[in-house]
Amino acid sequence: MIRIDAIKVIADKAEKEGSLLISNIGIPCKELYHVCDMPGNFYMLGSMGLASSIGLGLSLAKPQKHVITIEGDGSILMNLGSLATMASQHPANYLLVIIDNGTYGSTGDEPTATSLYTDLAAVAKGAGIKEVHTTNTSEGLMQLLEEVKSGVIVAKVQPGNAQVPVINICPESILERFRAEVSENTK
Amino acid sequence: MDNSPSAAVLRGMKEAGVDFVVSVPCVNLKDLILMVENNPEIIHVPVTREEEGVGVCAGAHMGGKRTAMLMQNSGLGNSINALASLNKLYGIPLLMIMSHRGVEGEPVCAQVPMGELTPNLLKTMDIPVFVPASKQEAEDMIVEAMFTSQEKRSPVAVLLKIGFWRL
Repeated sequence: MIRIDAIKVIADKAEKEGSLLISNIGIPCKELYHVCDMPGNFYMLGSMGLASSIGLGLSLAKPQKHVITIEGDGSILMNLGSLATMASQHPANYLLVIIDNGTYGSTGDEPTATSLYTDLAAVAKGAGIKEVHTTNTSEGLMQLLEEVKSGVIVAKVQPGNAQVPVINICPESILERFRAEVSENTK
Repeated sequence: MDNSPSAAVLRGMKEAGVDFVVSVPCVNLKDLILMVENNPEIIHVPVTREEEGVGVCAGAHMGGKRTAMLMQNSGLGNSINALASLNKLYGIPLLMIMSHRGVEGEPVCAQVPMGELTPNLLKTMDIPVFVPASKQEAEDMIVEAMFTSQEKRSPVAVLLKIGFWRL
């Protein structure tokens, strides 16, 4: 499994369940846009490290909606405090999926600390998150998404980017479309 | 009525419709953070770092909330990239209520460099700044600051200097 395979599994599940999706900066966003563009997708184009925080804020503001953040290993390593805040708040409607390929895939596959000794599932547990799961197959991820609605899933994948086009929507329109979908879904 | 500076700030926040707050502590925000925590109409999320708070507030804005961040001005330095490449990029409002340290009356020398830089950093980032000199002004300016933030779809800052907390 490479990143786009995991994203496809998550997007299919989100589409079926009407979950809102926050996607991490860089190629993950483009891959999500390519496999399944939906109004309930928020494409993060800047502010590396903040995907998990945006998803947490949204889930707290909209407890009646299910929110999934597609996070990466490089970006969660930039904002590990987010896991502690998530543990303190523990919203039942928030699932953080960390796709861990051990590299900074969008900038040239420079290795991250998870390619050596850092275990993000152990970090999440140590931060106090009760539900933490790990998988390294598409089937395993599919199964976990059936069973797990909150907490953290670490999906270990091989490095590799799909050749996908850039996102052809301006930032203001991404936000406007997303906010309309969020309020539409909670009427 | 509670006549403390913290209570005036809270009244301003409530008049401004703030219903979602993130906070990073400062000694001058001690009472205010407690008031926010105890207010049932406000969701309060203590965060580990101001940049994280900018992200949490952006998500809450997407969920329809009116957001504010209680912070020390030192945290502005931790937030600059997010304020630019998240709030400015997408047009996301945020009310930053900042304890402005490193100005007149500051006992800690380490606060001075960032304290002196803060107004210019905000100016460079084209973030509107409000500096109330009295409790009534704080209440009014917070409402005005929120209006500006929503209107301009931009972060705004209310700077509360050391002297303000002694009023």
